[in-house]
Amino acid sequence: MKHLIDPTDLSVEEIDGILNLALDIISNKERYSEACKGKKLATLFFEPSTRTRLSFEAAMMELGGNVLGFSSADSSSATKGESVGDTIRVVGCYADIIAMRHPKEGAPMLGSMVSPVPIINAGDGGHNHPTQTLTDLLTIKREKGDLNNFTIGLCGDLKFGRTVHSLIKALSRYEGIKFILISPKELKVPDYIITEVFEKNNIDYEEVTTMEEVMSKLDIIYMTRVQKERFFNEADYVRLKDTYILDKSKLKNAKETLSIMHPLPRVNEISTELDDDPRAAYFRQALNGKYVRMALILTLLGVNV
Amino acid sequence: MKVDSIQNGIVLDHISAGKAFQVYHDLELDKLDCSIAILQNVTSNKMGRKDILKIDQEYDVNLDVLGYIDPDITVSIIKDGQTIEKKKVALPKKLINVKKCKNPRCITSVETDIPQIFVLTDEKNRIYRCIYCEADK
Repeated sequence: MKHLIDPTDLSVEEIDGILNLALDIISNKERYSEACKGKKLATLFFEPSTRTRLSFEAAMMELGGNVLGFSSADSSSATKGESVGDTIRVVGCYADIIAMRHPKEGAPMLGSMVSPVPIINAGDGGHNHPTQTLTDLLTIKREKGDLNNFTIGLCGDLKFGRTVHSLIKALSRYEGIKFILISPKELKVPDYIITEVFEKNNIDYEEVTTMEEVMSKLDIIYMTRVQKERFFNEADYVRLKDTYILDKSKLKNAKETLSIMHPLPRVNEISTELDDDPRAAYFRQALNGKYVRMALILTLLGVNV
Repeated sequence: MKVDSIQNGIVLDHISAGKAFQVYHDLELDKLDCSIAILQNVTSNKMGRKDILKIDQEYDVNLDVLGYIDPDITVSIIKDGQTIEKKKVALPKKLINVKKCKNPRCITSVETDIPQIFVLTDEKNRIYRCIYCEADK
C-alpha cells in the first residue's frame, strides 16, 4: 500500500502523474464528480489547520466521497491517552484513506506503519508537509507551463521554513532551474541544503540579502514570513522587517510574466495592494491545493476514471 | 597485568581505547551475574592502545550495538578454552532500540513504547537518522 509521508516518497514520474491527473481534473470536473462515491476520507487533525483540512475535505467532496474526522486533539481520544497507532488502526476500520496532521514530527510515519489504509501526511510539526509541495509544483506547472528552465527567488525565512526546504528538494530533480535565495543572514538556508542539494547536484544558486537587486531576473518569487521570534535581538528585526515585504515599489523592475507565490497564511509579507495584480498567484495556488489533493486521493486509492 | 583466560564465554577485543565502559553499559552487561573482566588501555601492536571485555558465560551478543559503538571490535566465542568462532562486526544499516531519539519534537518523545529505529544515511560520517523525525545523531 502506498502512503505519502515525505515529499521524496514519490518519484519524479509519480509526481508528474499526479500533476497531470490534477490538470485533467481541472479540465473535466464533471467526469470526476462521482469518482470516489461510497469512499470515505478521515481527516485526523491533532492540531488545528483551517486551510489544509478544508482543502482535503473539499477535495473528497468534489470527488463524490464523504469525510469524517476531528479538527483538534481536544475532540479526539488522544485526550484519553490513546496512542497514534491505536487511533489509526481504529479509524482504518471506518475510512478508506486518512489525512493526518500532528504536532509531533514523525507521527504520520508511525501511523503508516500500522495503518490498514493509505495515510497522507498533512503536516507533522516543522518536519514535512508534502501536499504543500505538490500544491507548489502544480502552481508552477500551471503558471509557467513547465517544471524546467526558470529562475525562482525564495524570499524570507529560508532557515526554518519547511515549505521552502521541501520545494527546493522537489525542484532539484528537474532541469535548468536557477535558485536565488533572498534572506537576512540570520535566516539563510541550512548548510545541508547548500551541500547536499545544490552543490551535490551542480545546481545554479545565488544568495542575496535584498529582493530589489535580483527582481528583474525572476520568473517566480516565493514569499515566506519573517517572524520576529526568529531574531536574536529586536533591533535586527526592526531594521530588516520591511526589506522582506513585497509591494508595488519592489516590483518596479519585475518581469510582466513574474508569478508571486506564498504558501499562506500571509500576515504582512505581501502588501494587499498586489492582490489584484495578475502576477499574484497565491490565491490560485490555494485553489491548486484542492485539485492536487483530489489527484493524490485518486492515486492512493487506485481509482481510475 | 595478567587476566586469566576464560573457558566458556565471549571475548570482545580491539575495542577503541576508552570505549569498554560504553560497550558494558549499552550491552547491559551489569544484568549478568557471571564474571566480567574489563581491560582498559591494553598495549596493542595494531592499535597502540585498546580495550578488551571478557564475559565468562555463553552470551548472545547484540552485534548491532557493537557495530554502532565501534565497527572494528572483534568477537570471539570461547568453548572449553578454545576459540570456536569469530564474529565480524560491521556498521549496522539499521538500529532498533539501541539509542533513543533526542529530538523533543519527535513522536517518540511522547509515545515511549514504540520502537526506536534509526537508519544509516551517511556511512562515511556514521550518520544515523531517526525514521520518524529524521533527526540525526
